[in-house]
Amino acid sequence: MNIPLDHYLMLSAFLFAIGLCGALARKNAIIVLMGIEIMFNAGILNLIVFWHYRYFASVTAQMFAIFAISIAAAESAIGLALVIAVYRHYKSVTLDEMTSLKG
Amino acid sequence: MDHAALQHLAQQQWWIPLFPLVAAAIQSLLPRGQRKLSAGLCIVAMGVSCVLALRALLATLGTGHHEVERVFFNFTWFHFGTTQLDMGLILDPLTAAMAAMVSFVGFWIFVNATGYMADDDNFTRFFCFLSLFAASMLGLVISNNLLLLFMCWELVGLCSYLLIGFWYFKPAAAAAMKKAFITTRIGDVGFFLGILMLYYKTGTLNMYTADGNGALQQAGALAHVAGWWGLSAASTIAFLLFIGAMGKSAQFPLHVWLPDAMEGPTPVSALIHAATMVAAGVFMVGRMYPLFTAEPGSWVMDFVMWIGCFTAVFSATIAVAQFDIKRVLAYSTCSQLGFMVMGLGAGSLVAGQFHLLTHAFFKALLFLGSGCVIIGTHHEQDMRKMGGLKKYMPITFWCYLIGMLALSGVPPFAGFFSKDEILLETFRRSKAAWGLATFAAFLTAFYMTRQMFMVFAGKWRGGDQDHGDGHDKHDDHGHGHHGGEPHEVPWNMWLPIAVLSVFAIGLGFFSHNYGLYLGVEGGEAAEGKAIVMGASLTVVALGLLFGWLIYGRKTMEHATDEDPLAAMGALFTFLNRKWYIDEFYEATVFRFTAVCAVFFRLFDKLVVDGILHAIAWVAWAISQMFRWLGDEFFINGGFDSGCETVRLGGKTLATLQSGRVQNYFRVLSLGAAILLLIYFFT
Repeated sequence: MNIPLDHYLMLSAFLFAIGLCGALARKNAIIVLMGIEIMFNAGILNLIVFWHYRYFASVTAQMFAIFAISIAAAESAIGLALVIAVYRHYKSVTLDEMTSLKG
Repeated sequence: MDHAALQHLAQQQWWIPLFPLVAAAIQSLLPRGQRKLSAGLCIVAMGVSCVLALRALLATLGTGHHEVERVFFNFTWFHFGTTQLDMGLILDPLTAAMAAMVSFVGFWIFVNATGYMADDDNFTRFFCFLSLFAASMLGLVISNNLLLLFMCWELVGLCSYLLIGFWYFKPAAAAAMKKAFITTRIGDVGFFLGILMLYYKTGTLNMYTADGNGALQQAGALAHVAGWWGLSAASTIAFLLFIGAMGKSAQFPLHVWLPDAMEGPTPVSALIHAATMVAAGVFMVGRMYPLFTAEPGSWVMDFVMWIGCFTAVFSATIAVAQFDIKRVLAYSTCSQLGFMVMGLGAGSLVAGQFHLLTHAFFKALLFLGSGCVIIGTHHEQDMRKMGGLKKYMPITFWCYLIGMLALSGVPPFAGFFSKDEILLETFRRSKAAWGLATFAAFLTAFYMTRQMFMVFAGKWRGGDQDHGDGHDKHDDHGHGHHGGEPHEVPWNMWLPIAVLSVFAIGLGFFSHNYGLYLGVEGGEAAEGKAIVMGASLTVVALGLLFGWLIYGRKTMEHATDEDPLAAMGALFTFLNRKWYIDEFYEATVFRFTAVCAVFFRLFDKLVVDGILHAIAWVAWAISQMFRWLGDEFFINGGFDSGCETVRLGGKTLATLQSGRVQNYFRVLSLGAAILLLIYFFT
């Protein structure tokens, strides 16, 4: 069982594209957040794959991965908190309605 | 002991002040509740210092030479530029005797203080200051360097400031602490000038150096260098230094702080008046004595003698008419310091220094005794409200009696020998000064007898006024006794005065040995000896007799009774109000300062401010001109049009910011995609 590096990278790119689509196209703020999370994880997958195939001796990439995961967790916590705060204000989570920061 | 061993000992002198200093440092960190630890630490540190000082004293005693054995240890403190600052320690008879006296008397004062301050909330703070005080004084005594001496000198001043104002919540104490600090500071200006001049003339602040170029070793050479006021440099410096000593040792006209220093706790009074603060001035004069004697026949020595003489008489007259038990002792201290200074001025180092030593013992004894009386009578200081204490406080009475006899100069006691020596020296120098000083000795015997009778004889008058409310008030003190009756003090208060009274009896017999010890031969000349001794014995007897006639034959019945001397009328009031010196200063120095202040304020407002305003107006006018010509027209005009452009641009671009977060994201993604494409296809 020997999956080449390219497959993983394809998978990662695919995941990223899915996430990007979600983040760009959906109106619901929570779905957008989920899209961002998927993009994050695509990036993390890249880190791990490159580590495994190129820099197996080092632990730096693993450190980075764990670091990125924890940042992603913090980010999603903040994002959800923002969504809830926004919901309390507008009684809605539709992003198109939130335009009060326009110039 | 040979020279090398002594040399080693001189090098170790710094241990003596170190122990109290460390004790003070530790205590400053102790919590307030640690009373026993604090007092114990302090007393042990002082005891160790005392042992070290006694060891140094014994070492200098045992040299067996006739000439003075003086060893010192100098070292460099730091360099700046090409100049270096030295520090030095010294061990010679003068220092050794002083250090032993300070640490020994200090030790017993500390023991007594544990009793006197037993009820105070700030016990640890008190002992911290007390320790620092002792450390600074010991540092002053052992220094072979004027800079070190000056630093310790100022530390002593600081500690006295802190301790006099220990009960700073009392307005009188707060005023007294400031008074003490500022008055001694006036003297310190002179002292500092003297130090500067000495440094300028000799290029060193070390008093003795191994190569013979120390400041004091050059005193002889300085006598041939011109100074100020037609004096030689040596005498000028001596005069300036003496001004410092006048402030510290409370000589007229800078004596005013010392009686007010009574506002501090009594052990502090004992420490200030016996072992440390006031001793510093006399000791410094003794230490710098070569400068004073360098130029024979200069008026500086006469000045010193007459200042001392006048202070001795002047303070003794005031002491006669005081009612506060501690105030009598305070003026007596002033008077005795006058004696010491007079002795020094009359040309005898030995007489002045020896009286300093003996006086330290019996004055500490008297002050601690008065502290015992104050505690025993529940914080009463007015002698009119005491009386009959002999019955209630026998131990205190006997010790106090010994101290009183020593101070009065009754033969077998210490004060007789040392005072007699001073009188003898003065007699040789000036008959007039001797006559005045003998009168002061008469007054000394008289006011001490007066005090004894008022405090210890007759019947207890304390209950006279505050019989009704006295009960409640006294119970608040929490001494663990009841009612207003006086009582004997606990052992930790009477033991110190008992020990000190032994010295008050015995120390006088060493006067001749002390002279030899300081390396001064002579004093054997019989000229005038019989007259002086006869005169002083007579006046002491007369003083005691008059005291008994006026106060002893018929003791006061009630606290409200008039003092028998009040029959003198205006003179008594004059003495009671201390010659109106404070009022005089109030009317002259203070008023003058106030007038100056008003004048300078007007000067500031009219002249200085006027000039400033004129300058400001010119600047303002010029700026107005530039404003109209340049600023408004060119700069503002250009700036305005620039701003308008930027504003329009901003308005156009602002439409891009739609507020829709996904729009931004889309643009971002599009940008990334374009970048990727460029990356792939180029």
